Amino acid sequence: MPNLSDLKNRIASVKSTRKITKAMQMVAAAKLRRAQEAAEAGRPYAERFNAVMGGLAASVGTSEGAPKLLAGTGSDQTHLLVVMTAERGLCGGFNGNISKAARAAAQKLLADGKTVKVLTVGKKGREAIKRELGDHFVGHVDLSEVKRVGYSDAASIAQDILTRFDAGEFDVATIFYARFESVISQIPTEKQIIPADFEASEDDSTVYDYEPSEEEILADLLPRGVATQIFSALLENGASEQGARMSAMDNATRNAGEMIDKLTIQYNRSRQAVITNELIEIISGAEAL
Amino acid sequence: MADMMQFDLVSPERSLASTQATEVQIPGAEGDFTAMPDHAPVITTLRPGVLKVMTGSGTEEYFVTGGFAEVSGEGTSVLAERAYLKADVTRDMLDEMIADANAASESAAADAVDSASKFLADLVAAGDEIGI
Repeated sequence: MPNLSDLKNRIASVKSTRKITKAMQMVAAAKLRRAQEAAEAGRPYAERFNAVMGGLAASVGTSEGAPKLLAGTGSDQTHLLVVMTAERGLCGGFNGNISKAARAAAQKLLADGKTVKVLTVGKKGREAIKRELGDHFVGHVDLSEVKRVGYSDAASIAQDILTRFDAGEFDVATIFYARFESVISQIPTEKQIIPADFEASEDDSTVYDYEPSEEEILADLLPRGVATQIFSALLENGASEQGARMSAMDNATRNAGEMIDKLTIQYNRSRQAVITNELIEIISGAEAL
Repeated sequence: MADMMQFDLVSPERSLASTQATEVQIPGAEGDFTAMPDHAPVITTLRPGVLKVMTGSGTEEYFVTGGFAEVSGEGTSVLAERAYLKADVTRDMLDEMIADANAASESAAADAVDSASKFLADLVAAGDEIGI
């Protein structure tokens, strides 16, 4: 049985751990609210954008001169996986789930004889898949200095991807991120961004005039579409990360509380045992006289 | 009083305006135009410039860089890559954008040089229009 002062130290240490996890939970809750607001503020743009693109893509998509970003390069040999994770850990299964999804997809593609290239955003995911897919890394985007993800961050990632696409480095690009469902549920999602995959818009009977031509508008908007999708993925990811951290820290706080209760009972018992022991010694000593 | 239509201005980061308007002057890529209620449906890309919104009670002006505008029977929505209230734009912001555009047009691929330098020229012109 551990002695009293050991137990006491142990309780004190668990208590300070609980304070830390509690504080982290509250910070995550505050950040989650901000991240959710940002995600919601960005939604109208993405929705409108996709609706317009859906209409455009439907009318141009099948024609001969459709841009490569929409129609693809005609091959699907080389895949670029863009794995977006957090810069920090301690957020439950968040980073692990995204990396797992990316690893599974990569293994499947490799088994089919495709070439896989990996671009990582966020260092936690990079660490997690380094061992398995380290040879396939082509780049990394570091967002650890970025306090609040802005559109310009997404635009520069998109720029990087588009430059690689124009250079013919890959045929298909897929992003991996976690869709924010609720605080307790973030769903690892993969989404193909090149060639663009827009959901066909519902029967919109409005016939638009396009200025300049549909093709030119499409050529102008497709690169922005990539940036828009990356931006909304980053926002979703931000909210998911904070949500995952909040529930992970909530669990940790509860566990620490339970542990403190158990340790306190153990501490009280051992103290009582020591007292009883001392009494027995005194009484038997007195009797022996 | 004139008819009103719904007007929305959204950037990727937030929605800047959602209001009723009598007319909206839009800096289209092929030239400025004014959308009024019941305008024929049109989708156009934008050049950097000033967007004027006449609401019933006054005029609001925004500075937008690229993006596109969608005019339909129900209203007008402008999806701008970057949009600011005109009053919020400072010379420094503009200089920064012009510097970025400069760099982009210098490093642009052969087939993109025209559009990059047009973007730059439009940006400079928009700056003069704002008068800062």
